[in-house]
Amino acid sequence: MIVAERKPFDEIKGLIDGYKKVLVVGCGTCVAVCLTGGEKEVGVLTAELKLTQKAETSPATFGEATVQRQCDFEFLDEIKDRVGDYDALLSMACGAGIQFLAERYPDIPVFPAVNTIFIGVNKDVGWYEERCKACGTCVLGLTGGVCPVTMCAKSLFNGPCGGTNQKSCEINNDQPCAWHMIYERLSKQGRLENIMKICPPNDWRNQRPQTLIQPGYEERKAMTA
Amino acid sequence: MKSGSTLEKILTAGHFAFTGELGPPRGANLDAIRKKAQPLKGMVDAVNITDNQTAVVRMSSWAASLFAISEGLEPNFQMVCRDRNRLAMQSDILGAYAHGVRNMLCLSGDHQQFGDHPQSKGVFDIDSIQLIGMVKNMRDEGKFLNGQEIDGAPKMFIGAAANPFAEPFEWRVYRLAKKIAAGADFIQTQCVFNMEKMREWIKRANDMGLTEKVYILAGVTPMKSLGMARYMKSKVPGMDVPDYVIDRIKGVDKSKQADEGIKIACEQIAEFKEMKGVAGVHLMPIEWEHKVPEIAERAGMLPRPQV
Repeated sequence: MIVAERKPFDEIKGLIDGYKKVLVVGCGTCVAVCLTGGEKEVGVLTAELKLTQKAETSPATFGEATVQRQCDFEFLDEIKDRVGDYDALLSMACGAGIQFLAERYPDIPVFPAVNTIFIGVNKDVGWYEERCKACGTCVLGLTGGVCPVTMCAKSLFNGPCGGTNQKSCEINNDQPCAWHMIYERLSKQGRLENIMKICPPNDWRNQRPQTLIQPGYEERKAMTA
Repeated sequence: MKSGSTLEKILTAGHFAFTGELGPPRGANLDAIRKKAQPLKGMVDAVNITDNQTAVVRMSSWAASLFAISEGLEPNFQMVCRDRNRLAMQSDILGAYAHGVRNMLCLSGDHQQFGDHPQSKGVFDIDSIQLIGMVKNMRDEGKFLNGQEIDGAPKMFIGAAANPFAEPFEWRVYRLAKKIAAGADFIQTQCVFNMEKMREWIKRANDMGLTEKVYILAGVTPMKSLGMARYMKSKVPGMDVPDYVIDRIKGVDKSKQADEGIKIACEQIAEFKEMKGVAGVHLMPIEWEHKVPEIAERAGMLPRPQV
């Protein structure tokens, strides 16, 4: 899933300063799972924002809405009758959802209430860890299912570097060395020959905006565009 | 000859090589380079010019390499993968070579988090082994990484680093093999303090036939004090300082600790001269360049052979 964290409250307040009617829009998918931007968190943020307005002479007002997925026009359509009543939208979705909300309602300013930080996993309730950088050229088959791009702080394809420190990364003792993990796992599986060969320079596909059209959908895309 | 550098000539002639190190200044202070270069003249065969070492901004390593040449030193131009993408790396290699640089050391680089700009974006477009392969391809095939022809190929003597001590120890010699397969001509190791482990690593490299394919220069850093020895042991990632080294420094009067450190370094050098598979020593005195003549003399490294 995509993991986000809420921005500091003062920053959020600053972003919407001057707007009198703000709709806080949550997303019911990834950011709900990571307890950042689902219906419950929309309620909490809205309540906090309302509190700041108590002393104001002409207080701003806030509405709440949470859609299933902000990264899908079909769900964004659900709030089309409500957004006209507001002069700003405050999105709690990931960066993709925020942009799609802005794209769907281009006449209304949209502000982010979260920072999107990674594609990751649910280690436990409230505990999430990064696992993928969406580099576009997956080498997990070679590296025993441990991503060198994400889990190595230097994204080395032929590690470990000289800074590997008793199974830890040089940047932090709490961060395991990715290449130590890769070595251990491949060693146990008898697949060390995978990393004996030199892994060539990567094609960094994530350096330009990516589009995917699944086979069979080319015509449909041509008609929409 | 691959590059015709002095270091290459020394090593191919079978002499025991001796290299030093010079960290560029944190500014455009040319006098600082001259001051550090002066005691190295005639004492070493080549001098590593570090590249934003410990992720701290300094004068660029290629520029400082040119000043080293003008000071009568042969530079070993260090390049890390942290600060440049493959375009900038290749253009810097062309520029450095055109100005007379003939040796290169290809490194990953310390993570930017350790340096003076911890918020920066680390590049790491390619890694150190891919960099070695790129430089070799530029030299031997006359081609850029993308396969296109180079108009005037840079002929570098290609160096790489090795850490014989980091875990998993069993993997270290295979990673060395990968660097050799990528195209490394010589290796400079991490500072050696744990001689037992070094002997074992070299033995494994000998057994695999690796030392016949590459020249290994053992890294030697003299301890200046007990404080430094303790710091190196506990604070520097990848460093392996056994207790007996600490105990030896601790065992002498404070005023004699620096001398004891040099004594240990000289004993190491003496052993490396006899160690099968070791082709030289890379001396890394940390902010102690002025001691290089004394160490070179006491270690019996002088005069340097003329090649």
